[in-house]
Amino acid sequence: MKNRLKGVLTSPGMISFIASVASIAIGLIFGYVLLVCFNQAQALNGLGKILFAGASSAEKFSKVLYQAAPLMLTGLSVGFAFRTGLFNIGASGQYTMGTFFALFAGLTLKCPWWVALIAAMLGGAIWGAIPGLCKALFNVNEVITSIMFNWIGMFMVNLMMANIPTMLANHYGAPNADRTANLAAANKSAIIPKWGLDTLFGSDYINISIFITILVALIIYLVLNKTTFGYELKACGFNRNASIYAGINAKRNIVLSMVIAGALSGLGGGIYYLSGTAQYTIVKSLLAMGFNGIPVALLATSNPIGIIFSSIFVSYIQVGGEAMQPEFAKEIIDIIISVIIYLSAFALLLKGVIKKIMSIRKAKQGEGVSQ
Amino acid sequence: MIVVADILSATIIFAIPLLVVALGGMYSERSGTINIALEGIMIIGALFGCLFLNAADKSGWGAKNPQLAVLLAILIAGLAGLIFSILLAIASISLKADQTIGGTALNMFAPAFAIVLTWAIQGQGQTTIGIPSWIPITQSTFGMKASEDPGFFERFLFKNFYLTTPIVLLILVVTVFVIYKTRFGLRLRSCGEHPQAADSVGINVYRYRYTGVAISGLLGGIGGLAFTVAAGSGFQSTVAGYGFFALAVMIFGNWHPVRIFGAALFFALFKVIGSYTGSIPFLPSFKGVKSADYIYQMLPYIVTMIVLIFTSKKSRAPKAEGIPYDKSKR
Repeated sequence: MKNRLKGVLTSPGMISFIASVASIAIGLIFGYVLLVCFNQAQALNGLGKILFAGASSAEKFSKVLYQAAPLMLTGLSVGFAFRTGLFNIGASGQYTMGTFFALFAGLTLKCPWWVALIAAMLGGAIWGAIPGLCKALFNVNEVITSIMFNWIGMFMVNLMMANIPTMLANHYGAPNADRTANLAAANKSAIIPKWGLDTLFGSDYINISIFITILVALIIYLVLNKTTFGYELKACGFNRNASIYAGINAKRNIVLSMVIAGALSGLGGGIYYLSGTAQYTIVKSLLAMGFNGIPVALLATSNPIGIIFSSIFVSYIQVGGEAMQPEFAKEIIDIIISVIIYLSAFALLLKGVIKKIMSIRKAKQGEGVSQ
Repeated sequence: MIVVADILSATIIFAIPLLVVALGGMYSERSGTINIALEGIMIIGALFGCLFLNAADKSGWGAKNPQLAVLLAILIAGLAGLIFSILLAIASISLKADQTIGGTALNMFAPAFAIVLTWAIQGQGQTTIGIPSWIPITQSTFGMKASEDPGFFERFLFKNFYLTTPIVLLILVVTVFVIYKTRFGLRLRSCGEHPQAADSVGINVYRYRYTGVAISGLLGGIGGLAFTVAAGSGFQSTVAGYGFFALAVMIFGNWHPVRIFGAALFFALFKVIGSYTGSIPFLPSFKGVKSADYIYQMLPYIVTMIVLIFTSKKSRAPKAEGIPYDKSKR
């Protein structure tokens, strides 16, 4: 009995792992075919860049980690909401709001980095709470609210930044007024510390943010899997009516889930823009980092531990894609990722088939024992 | 008065893509499949429609038969969208995967594919596909001469007039008829409300869901071309979030074709007011606030949210939407 339980517990994880690896392999093969179609002479070189550029030097690898950290957080944000049965397409707006709060704390209020990160979580949490409240109180679909508040957030942040001179680069002697100030010039204490990693890797991009985000992923894992609160959230995701019948306050859980998802995205914005190497530019389009959280979450089937790996993977091949230019458009990477996500739909089918085969075999074994 | 004519005409030209894409989304959701992929479908439709228009322009045939070429481009855009949407149908209907998976994959694939293909055709770094100048319907299309000082009506009608406008309005009329007056429409709706009941009386749920998604692909592709033509600065591998707005318009319109038309006009009107602030005298100008135009650009989204908060209690989404139909689970 114990063995059988162990088998059931370990096999689905193994099956998902095999299915994910197969999808990634097929996605890469598809990408290679595209490379051959567009530029046969350079195709093999291009594939090499996708596969190995991210690990080719310590500097490149620090760039992988640098981009993976915010991606992990937006991925966790989307994944966490998925677990409660909500589709948080608003990670982009929450990320932007978190960025604003972090930079406001860092540049205008001159707070140290960890206060600015808490401010980032607060900003994202507020922006996540709105869709949650609209869903719980007024029955407004969270997808539409999130989409609307992506745009409202972007315009509002642009408006506020344009009107707070202490946030802009030209307040600190730089010529441009269309971006936020360089943290090194404005407030050095707001830069996330590097703990000597920059000299170790020989790159300015690396800091301790990757450790912070991995820690956050572990906390999210514990909350979802080891606490009553996490259990209630997941119960709401599986079957809202059943959870209400069982005495779970579904409305409260919807709001809390969106608040936490928003805080995660907001923290992502803070992590990225407090690195000291990025300046927020006032733009009129939504930030892609929020939307890229969706494939990161889907690749890992919303498992927080899986999201650690999927975000690093996505960031890794994105760095490879940048190295591929100018022979190829770096958008080929997006095509590869989209193919991998699409194949994960097939992976579900594959998992079902494997499970069926195993259960038949088990049933037969069971018969053998009884005879 | 001229400003009013301009605003009304701009409102209609921006409402048209929203309307047709939201109608597409409605067909899909009425059959029970949530179509998050509308954004991607629009891009694919616009891509192939614009490529065709360019080819027609280069051969010289397009300038001679402009409206016939536009009609063909609309058909090609629709067809491209339809074929693309089948990918979503396979994942979410046949494979019974979570419907956001296929949708996200398609949304990610489309702009990347458009950029890569545009590069391959036009050369490195050339990311815009231009739109030929003979596309608009003008006075000369009807053999008339443009007047020196156009009046209200002439300005309203011919400032932004494209073949997509009458075609989309025709699609609206046909949709109202199909959804509410035909056997097909009744069966389609039943698949989105209670597929088990539909199946029990011999309706092939899978076929109706495939048809619903395919129609949404067709209309989404047409909407992509309509958007690109309306935006006027060529195709740049994006439709600026209009696929998602269309989804919002569909929910705002409560999955009902006529209300969707109203919602599209409403959203487009506020969007246009947001970009015409300088020429509307009675709007406050917020002196002392830098970049105050952002306030007006937020307006359509905020107003939509307020309206939704007040109307959503009565919102009636198709009951079975988003749930893959599994015959073995009755």
